[in-house]
Amino acid sequence: MSIEVRNLTKTYPSTSGSSEPFVALDDVSLSLPTGQLTALLGPSGGGKSTLLRIIAGLDTATTGSVEIEGVDATSLPPQRRNVGFVFQHYAVFKHMTVAKNVAFGMEIRKRPKAEVRRRTQELLELVHLGQFADRMPSQLSGGQRQRMALARALAVEPSVLLLDEPFGALDAKVRKELRDWLRRLHDEVHVTTVFVTHDQEEAMEVADEIVVVNQGRVEQVGSPDQLYDEPANDFVMGFLGDVTRLGQVRLRPHDIDVAVQPGAAGAHAGVVTRMLRVGFEVRLEVEPDGGGGAVSVVLTRSHAHALDLELGSRVWLTASIGAVTIPAMAAV
Amino acid sequence: MTSALVDTLARPALRRRASRTNLTPGSSLALGISVTWFSLLVLIPLAAIVATAAGGGWSTYWATISSGETFAAVRMTVEQAALVTLVNVVMGTLIAWVLVRDRFAGKRLLDIVIDIPFALPTIVAGLVLLGLYGPTSPVGVHWAYTRMAVPLALAFVTLPFVVRTVQPVLGELDHDVEEAAASLGAGRLTILRRIVLPSLLPAITAGAALSFARAIAEYGSLVLLSSNKPFQSEVASVRVMTYIENGSTAAAASVASLLLVVSLVVIVLLDTLSRKAARRG
Repeated sequence: MSIEVRNLTKTYPSTSGSSEPFVALDDVSLSLPTGQLTALLGPSGGGKSTLLRIIAGLDTATTGSVEIEGVDATSLPPQRRNVGFVFQHYAVFKHMTVAKNVAFGMEIRKRPKAEVRRRTQELLELVHLGQFADRMPSQLSGGQRQRMALARALAVEPSVLLLDEPFGALDAKVRKELRDWLRRLHDEVHVTTVFVTHDQEEAMEVADEIVVVNQGRVEQVGSPDQLYDEPANDFVMGFLGDVTRLGQVRLRPHDIDVAVQPGAAGAHAGVVTRMLRVGFEVRLEVEPDGGGGAVSVVLTRSHAHALDLELGSRVWLTASIGAVTIPAMAAV
Repeated sequence: MTSALVDTLARPALRRRASRTNLTPGSSLALGISVTWFSLLVLIPLAAIVATAAGGGWSTYWATISSGETFAAVRMTVEQAALVTLVNVVMGTLIAWVLVRDRFAGKRLLDIVIDIPFALPTIVAGLVLLGLYGPTSPVGVHWAYTRMAVPLALAFVTLPFVVRTVQPVLGELDHDVEEAAASLGAGRLTILRRIVLPSLLPAITAGAALSFARAIAEYGSLVLLSSNKPFQSEVASVRVMTYIENGSTAAAASVASLLLVVSLVVIVLLDTLSRKAARRG
């Protein structure tokens, strides 16, 4: 195991005057194997960044221990953990050139000059910034700065690479490019990597394994498929994708079959009250005859076309075969 | 007078001259008003002092400048101002650091009190220092009327400059950057030397320029605190006053114009340094 976290708890003294301390992490244990790309996924304020910062030594845990590559790192300062850290807002050294930024960690370690120069150039090529060695960071775009920050973190040959919302400050298109690029980079360099994100799509696309963190606790650990197909609870199901309610069960909107004729056993009849086309998919809202709130349904455009759906159409809804369902809570 | 010019020149607005103009009628008017105001207050009086200095002819000018007393006064002023500025660079940065980074009882009070030397009439500053370091000193330190009086008074009145220029920049400094350096293996001293100080350098040099300008112009506190003996503890501004009291306006203006040149040179030097620092890798 590359990272072994045991019974980690982090509390902050309350700021709002109440005597209850704020619990950022509540008895978290986690083990992350070597060479894997893991996502810490969860809503903002859920404790995932705190967990990452404690692994890096930038924050200290109230109780619990952190082990990196078999070494107890709980009380080691960040300088001695051999961890690469990438920040959401790049944390570039503004007064240094791109090359100097990347070389910083190696210079601290007093590597020979020739080696530093060679390796800096190698790393800049790796992150596609070979042309920009002599620029100042202010002359780079956000995506380029983040790639530079990544090269800088990789330069010290860290045993683990930690990324805190690395693409959070970038626009949607660059974000998607960098996401693919990070995946390919990881396949090339194989360093154990943990990244924090609140974007489930990002986590599902990039990570080998996802750790869902919410309110200071680990809700579920598993591969993207496992989490999507077998969510451990309501929260995980809701966080990993859209959820709607059909009769007595909760399920994903695309796991509902739509028919324009009655027939299937247990079908829920209703009327289409909203219809919205986004790209290749069509989103419906169906008001069931028995009341109980609108049901969301997603189907492809061509399917919707074939069914000749329009506002006010009468439809019969059933859960698809093999759909992931969990019982709806009575109060919903 | 000199200090007014120097303060104005140190403002960042004048630092970057646009290579092209982008003047609309509105901004032309604003520019016109600015230039007129600046001329009335600063440029024309300055030209006048140069004219007065020249009025006595080259020989008077040279005789004044090269007289032993004047030379000694100007030299001491520049030396002491430089020394005090150096002290301010160190102490001011330290005080700014404490005010921004540390949490302690009385921090807010200290933050306000820092400006007192700046807000006090300088003659009052002299009086305050005389109380503590004068002949009736309660702590037994009799620095008044000695050579120590000059740096003491200058340090007192110039204290806030570096503190106040560094403080906001230090406050805005991204904490991430220091954490990034730490995770790359840099110790606290290395982070300070290679990451924090280079980021503060432009602010420090700006503060140093203000501090030097203020020191070179100081008069009020020195009149009281220093014995103003020629060749020993007489600074240039007091020398100017002496000339005026003797009715030698041209000589006074000559000293003033020399001070003007010195200030200009130092400010240009510091400005170049801070720009280099801002650009350097």
